[in-house]
Amino acid sequence: MWKWLHPYAKTERAYQLCQRLLPWFTLSGLVLIVVGAIWALAFSPADYQQGDSYRIFHIHVPSAILSKSLYMGMASAAFVGLVWQIKTSFMSMVAFAPVGAAITFISLITGAAWGKPMWGTWWEWDARMTSQLVLLFLFLGVMALYKAFDDKEQGSKAAAVMAIVGIINLPIIHYSVEWWNTLHQGATLLKLEKPSMPVEMLLPFLVSLFGWSFCCVSIVLLRIQNEIISRELKRPWVIALANQQVKNSS
Amino acid sequence: MWVNQLSITKRDRVLFDNLTFSVDAGQLLYIKGPNGAGKTSLLRVLAGLSAANSGDVIMNSTNMSSSEASPSHTPSVSNTVYFGHKLGINSMLSPVENLQFWCQCSEITVTKNQIYDVLAKLSLVGLEDVPVSNLSAGQQRRTALARFWLQPNASLWIMDEPFTALDVEGVSVLSEHIHQFLCKGGAVIMTSHQSLDIAYPTTELQLEYRH
Amino acid sequence: MSGLIALFKRDLSVAFQQRSELMQPILFFVLVVSLFPLGVGPESAILQKMGPGVIWVAAILSSLLGMERLFKDDFQDGSLEQIILSGMSLPAVALIKVLVHWLTSIFPLILLSPLWALFLYLSEPMYWALVWTLLLGTPILSLIGAIAVGLTVGLNKGGVLLALLLLPMFIPVLIFATAAVESASLDLAYNGQLAIIGAMFLFSLALAPFAIAYALRVSQT
Repeated sequence: MWKWLHPYAKTERAYQLCQRLLPWFTLSGLVLIVVGAIWALAFSPADYQQGDSYRIFHIHVPSAILSKSLYMGMASAAFVGLVWQIKTSFMSMVAFAPVGAAITFISLITGAAWGKPMWGTWWEWDARMTSQLVLLFLFLGVMALYKAFDDKEQGSKAAAVMAIVGIINLPIIHYSVEWWNTLHQGATLLKLEKPSMPVEMLLPFLVSLFGWSFCCVSIVLLRIQNEIISRELKRPWVIALANQQVKNSS
Repeated sequence: MWVNQLSITKRDRVLFDNLTFSVDAGQLLYIKGPNGAGKTSLLRVLAGLSAANSGDVIMNSTNMSSSEASPSHTPSVSNTVYFGHKLGINSMLSPVENLQFWCQCSEITVTKNQIYDVLAKLSLVGLEDVPVSNLSAGQQRRTALARFWLQPNASLWIMDEPFTALDVEGVSVLSEHIHQFLCKGGAVIMTSHQSLDIAYPTTELQLEYRH
Repeated sequence: MSGLIALFKRDLSVAFQQRSELMQPILFFVLVVSLFPLGVGPESAILQKMGPGVIWVAAILSSLLGMERLFKDDFQDGSLEQIILSGMSLPAVALIKVLVHWLTSIFPLILLSPLWALFLYLSEPMYWALVWTLLLGTPILSLIGAIAVGLTVGLNKGGVLLALLLLPMFIPVLIFATAAVESASLDLAYNGQLAIIGAMFLFSLALAPFAIAYALRVSQT
């Protein structure tokens, strides 16, 4: 199984793979987001309880789901990098972190915007919002640790250790926050249970979920390429690539 | 010790690639090169402190450092004594306490008197029980160099600039000690900006500064 | 083994010679705790309600302050290099260093805890719950904290970075510890929360030394 993965430990091959995958993810991601947004905003019915304000759900929920997936992705890349000492794996880990932080931030902002009409307040110490906030801090911690090192290789190893400590801690943090929340607020707060969604609402949601996922993948791919280039500026293949680009554009 | 196709990158600058050489018993390898050429980085990899980007360091037929090996694995290096830029001496403790601690860590049994003898050879008489922070730079380095007298089973010494800050007498004591070690079949890898004054055949390895 | 014992003794004696520096986080703790009554007013009901949280937050902050020094001296003077090269098991070394650090810079906080109980009007069951949570919970802070300290030891900008890395990780300990004291204040059983903190302690005791050892190795490159 590792045979087909192994060549991508080489930075040049990994760069080419990103290059090949990039247009597909970008194109399909953008199309799906546009379709999903139009569908969700204009065509799907309003919620009988929440009115039109529920429509932010089509951004909020995908970003909440993706934030955790991106952390998972980052930690998996970190794990692969630490165990098999694969350079490109560390680079992908570094590429994941800011995307994850941005998506987590989006989920917090949209959550607050949704909370205002629903709960009457911008911020509620709700279990899910609190653990999203902690997730944002975890992303920021990994990024800050990486940036603190001059030597990028050493920095990415350190950040990888922290990402793995984070992924072990994440479920513990999540459940402790949930438990803390029920302990302190009980049933006083109207909890938004997940009602069974009608198909007209589910379909545009799925479309935007996939659109957002593909877009995130394409941004991560771009960032991986960027990371590879910036670390290997002086390698012959990068210089050859740059020369070719110059030739093509002139 | 056999070094095969070693490459080290630091701060995203390639220090050297595909460096291959070997060091045998009774050999003195003298690594030369300008500042920043990677002498210290090379020594740290040879000592097993840091990992190379690629290549192997094979010592007594065990591979100490390869890019594949997990960095959490500590290679057995009890027959190597390393002397680096950082002395490895705690300034709160006295020379004797420091050396006793080092010997206990390395599982060397020495008596206090042996340590006093070694310190006397390095002309640190009367300073054995003073906190190291009260010693001069040269005296602190002598304290750290005392390790080369205390490890009887060593087969390899790795010395990064051992002569810096030593006075004439200190240099001659250390050169003499290195000479004896080589004659007994020990191997020495060292860097120095001073010219070597050891009457022993020297192998030189020149590293270039690369941009 | 004799090397580890020597390390334990050496670290203790070095710590003893730096006792004035070791006192600083403890003084910081006292100050933070005594600022709260000045900030929120001296009513005993409010202080009692806030007490466990205040004490635990202050304990986390002061442990962060003291933690920075955990590997710093040994890294800077090169002792760490020699320890790594000595062939001693690095996770065991890490465990010993964390143990000494906990004994010298956090255990005194627990010894002084009757004072906090007086400052914040804690009842007797609350006090005992607090002592138990501190005894079981603060080693978790030290163990997890040491990973981040090991990673950042080579940088000269530890402080705030360490807080950013570690404070989110300490949330579960904070939640369960303060919940235990709160249960005690209502005369409820709090062994459930203590058991969870104990489980987290054992878990970090089992895994953290290896992560710390890896972190120390990374710091050497």
